[in-house]
Amino acid sequence: MAEGAKEIITQMIGDKIKIEVAAGTSDNRLGTDAFLIGQKVLEVFDGDGVLIIPDLGSAVMSSEMAIESLEEPAKSVTVVADSPFFEGAIAAAMEASFGKSLEEVRMAAENTRGMKKIA
Amino acid sequence: MAVNSAKLIEIINAIANDIHENKEFLTELDSAIGDADHGINMSKGFKAVTEKIAAMGDKDCGSILKTVGMTLVSTVGGASGPLYGTAFMRAGQAVGSKMELGFEDLQAILDAALEGIKMRGKAEKGDKTIVDALEPAVEVLKSSTADLKLFEEAVNAAKDGVEYTKGIIAKRGRASYLGERSIGHQDPGATSCYIMLAAIMKAIKSAK
Repeated sequence: MAEGAKEIITQMIGDKIKIEVAAGTSDNRLGTDAFLIGQKVLEVFDGDGVLIIPDLGSAVMSSEMAIESLEEPAKSVTVVADSPFFEGAIAAAMEASFGKSLEEVRMAAENTRGMKKIA
Repeated sequence: MAVNSAKLIEIINAIANDIHENKEFLTELDSAIGDADHGINMSKGFKAVTEKIAAMGDKDCGSILKTVGMTLVSTVGGASGPLYGTAFMRAGQAVGSKMELGFEDLQAILDAALEGIKMRGKAEKGDKTIVDALEPAVEVLKSSTADLKLFEEAVNAAKDGVEYTKGIIAKRGRASYLGERSIGHQDPGATSCYIMLAAIMKAIKSAK
């Protein structure tokens, strides 16, 4: 699911922003690994901010744990989006590609809740 | 009760063994109201744990418990990873660098574990989670001076807590999507928590 979202976003906006997939376990099962998430945050962190888009269940808790285990300067500018996974990811990526702030990017993701697909 | 590091490793191995033996049972419970991976995930996690702590017999109890927590976080995969991982890491903090643990430390360990799980999962008693087994056990343990008999009562309270989860609606986790349809099923997390507490009691008893 995360790989698919990344593929679609990359198709839309190219490599204007850094996206890493931090899903699954080291032995390729479904689920999440807080340490992997923390590592991926550091891979995309370039001084501005990092937004984590979790899906359900362990992803939220593992993301929170990952942030707790980070050190500054990354820690205080890494946040979790409370948004639908796919819609949130697309909206956040768009906003980030325009060079918006972390808070604006997070809001873009969270504002997709309740978005109508059929008029 | 005097549990040194080697004995602590034995107790954790006993937990791992009972989790492994109940792997299919836990997965079956989870397939009714969740995503059918609790037994497999926990079994994978504790297999990694036993490998990781095998050579830690000369380390302090806090370091051993923290290692258990970190290993669960990185190997379980599902929600029980961060939950039980946080529980063991908090337990490790609670006992610090002690080389030997008594019943009062067991009280502190389970109290810290409960607080950790509630913080991480944002769950309260009655949400149909691990908390429904662990909180009654901790309440019993805190009610008096801890000894083996009180711990037995605590384990029974956890068992009653598992029964209690059959009659309530899930408010956290994947099962919450089922709403009222989650009634009638016991919670897999509360069940694995009871299995772990019962395994600890068995291991302590056999050491006496």
